[in-house]
Amino acid sequence: MRIAVSVKQIPDPANPGRLDPDTNALVRDEKLILDESDSYGVEMALQMAEATGGEVVVVSMAPNEEFGGLRTALAMGADRAILVSDEALAGSDALGTAKVLAAAMRRAEPDLILTATESTDGYTGTVPAQVAELLDLPSVTFAKSVSLGDGEVTVQRQTETGYDEVVCPLPAVLSVTAGVVEPRYPSFKGIMAAKNKPADRLGIADLGIEAGEVGWAGARQEIVEVAPVPAREAGEVVTDDGSGHERIVAFLEELKIL
Amino acid sequence: MGVGTVWVHVEPTPGGVASISLELLAAARRFGERVEAVCAGGDRDALSAAVGEHGASVLRYLELPDEALVGPPLAASLAAAVAGSDDPPAAILAATTYDGRDVAGRLSARLDVPVITNVTELAVSDGALVGIEPIFGGTTNVHTRFSAGGGPQVFLIRPKSFQATPTGGPPAQPAELPAVDCGASGAARVVGRHAEESTGPKLDEAAVVVSGGRGLGEAGKYEMIEQVAGLLKGAAGASRAIVDAGWVPYSQQVGQTGKVVKPDVYIACGISGATQHLVGMKNSRNIVAVNKDPEAPIFGVADLGIVGDVHKVLPRLIEALQSRS
Ligand SMILES: Cc1cc2nc3c(=O)[nH]c(=O)nc-3n(C[C@H](O)[C@H](O)[C@H](O)COP(=O)(O)OP(=O)(O)OC[C@H]3O[C@@H](n4cnc5c(N)ncnc54)[C@H](O)[C@@H]3O)c2cc1C
Ligand SMILES: Nc1ncnc2c1ncn2[C@@H]1O[C@H](COP(=O)(O)O)[C@@H](O)[C@H]1O
Repeated sequence: MRIAVSVKQIPDPANPGRLDPDTNALVRDEKLILDESDSYGVEMALQMAEATGGEVVVVSMAPNEEFGGLRTALAMGADRAILVSDEALAGSDALGTAKVLAAAMRRAEPDLILTATESTDGYTGTVPAQVAELLDLPSVTFAKSVSLGDGEVTVQRQTETGYDEVVCPLPAVLSVTAGVVEPRYPSFKGIMAAKNKPADRLGIADLGIEAGEVGWAGARQEIVEVAPVPAREAGEVVTDDGSGHERIVAFLEELKIL
Repeated sequence: MGVGTVWVHVEPTPGGVASISLELLAAARRFGERVEAVCAGGDRDALSAAVGEHGASVLRYLELPDEALVGPPLAASLAAAVAGSDDPPAAILAATTYDGRDVAGRLSARLDVPVITNVTELAVSDGALVGIEPIFGGTTNVHTRFSAGGGPQVFLIRPKSFQATPTGGPPAQPAELPAVDCGASGAARVVGRHAEESTGPKLDEAAVVVSGGRGLGEAGKYEMIEQVAGLLKGAAGASRAIVDAGWVPYSQQVGQTGKVVKPDVYIACGISGATQHLVGMKNSRNIVAVNKDPEAPIFGVADLGIVGDVHKVLPRLIEALQSRS
């Protein structure tokens, strides 16, 4: 069984970047890392591959041939990587990204595609459904538990009030929530092995995608304004000297909650 | 100012419609000359009464087999309806919910139109809708609009961004959304539905929300949060850290990937105040925080901050509240 995991490489969230005042593009001047949200999908794929003797392919679209996040996934144990990097992709929105990922997935011919429910820096949460639709595949988003059956998966899908149990034939796209499995740390051996694992580096021409479909042009939207939000005024902060709870009670009384 | 017809994806609940859908109808009414609801499954009469009362003139309804997921069939059917309509919608609004994202994502791929996501406010500029989206933990707003031309403008709206307000309108006129074969993409089947037991008010509707985080130290201590919530007739929430740790179910998570809450009072206990948590609660009318770290970012949004140990403050608070009731 071949499992493809889409992994986004993002700036370290501890340093979220800034908007370029001239172009309103997100400026990322440091090395990119594996989005933690995608580490759950990587772990789940590894567990499934270990159980079935399958293969894990990690797929990413990123600027400037960035490979750091893919290398982390390879070090965790993924077998090979596909990286799509192309100047024409700058400014791509979720649909443009989904078109590229779908084309890359088509090349990988996976039995199962895993994504996160949303990326840490983009959080549109639409890429998984867009990829599924472009590939004409069923999808189960917000999977909080997945068990692999014969040619199908059984998924607990998060709902407002609990979960739905969903049976989905393969191939399919699943978006998995954080906490669904415990991602492993790359071992030293894994880190060394990652250096020699195969990586396909592609541009959009290799995928048969035209420049106009992706990037700024393909996004067909424009940022008309970027405005700071007035900060919420911080209130009073007191140190508990054994009477902190009384302050809370008094505050609730003032608000007529009590 | 009007932007033409707006379709709103409304989500059924047993016997009615989700509150987020009524929020979206209120948003649509502000800009649409004509507001129509689109829906897959649910109690048709109850839906048409509820959406009519909130200003929708038409309910376009897709019959949905019990075991079907909403996304693929509704997106296919909407795409066909847009293509075949004499008065195609200028905009389509869906909510940042589990099904809303599926519908918007699949529809966008089918129609080859982009989606503006995470919208918390809408405006009109040059006759086009502008989606306003908070970034960097809500410290900056980005205003985005679609370039002219192309299909409908699709927006995903975050819950609690608009206030639902009834217009007292009559039940919406029924209209069929014809089913379209969505092939392999519709092959997933729902074989069981599980609702978690919950007592007291719902998290996203409660006037008081008391949330706990990793600062509680261990799963068993979450009981203190439930006790305070119970005594204040509120709901208990959680940070993602303790949801991921399995202490409490996901349905209680507050934040970017959880629920958005806007209660009269939000009480955060042992929660650091990460940006992804703040976006789910910082528009609460009043915020109280208990954290032992005076530098915790949660204090930056709190009206009342108590620098202290939850294991001391909460038991005393519980006692004080009990002695009053
Ligand atoms: C894509 C993405 C989406 C996310 N979505 C969400 C979301 O929806 N909701 C969410 O909450 N998070 C979300 N997160 C996670 C978020 O970034 C934080 O990791 C999380 O909110 C931290 O939870 P916490 O505050 O409970 O834990 P911590 O950050 O570990 O904070 C614990 C706090 O408890 C305090 N403390 C410790 N002991 C005590 C004590 N005895 N008494 C009082 N205080 C004490 C500490 O000072 C600390 O401030 C998301 C992250 C990503 C990447
Ligand atoms: N550039 C990318 N490369 C690989 N995967 C991506 C990329 N962008 C988004 N994804 C996947 O789609 C998920 C949802 O992303 P988003 O729609 O941006 O919230 C992410 O968590 C990833 O799994």
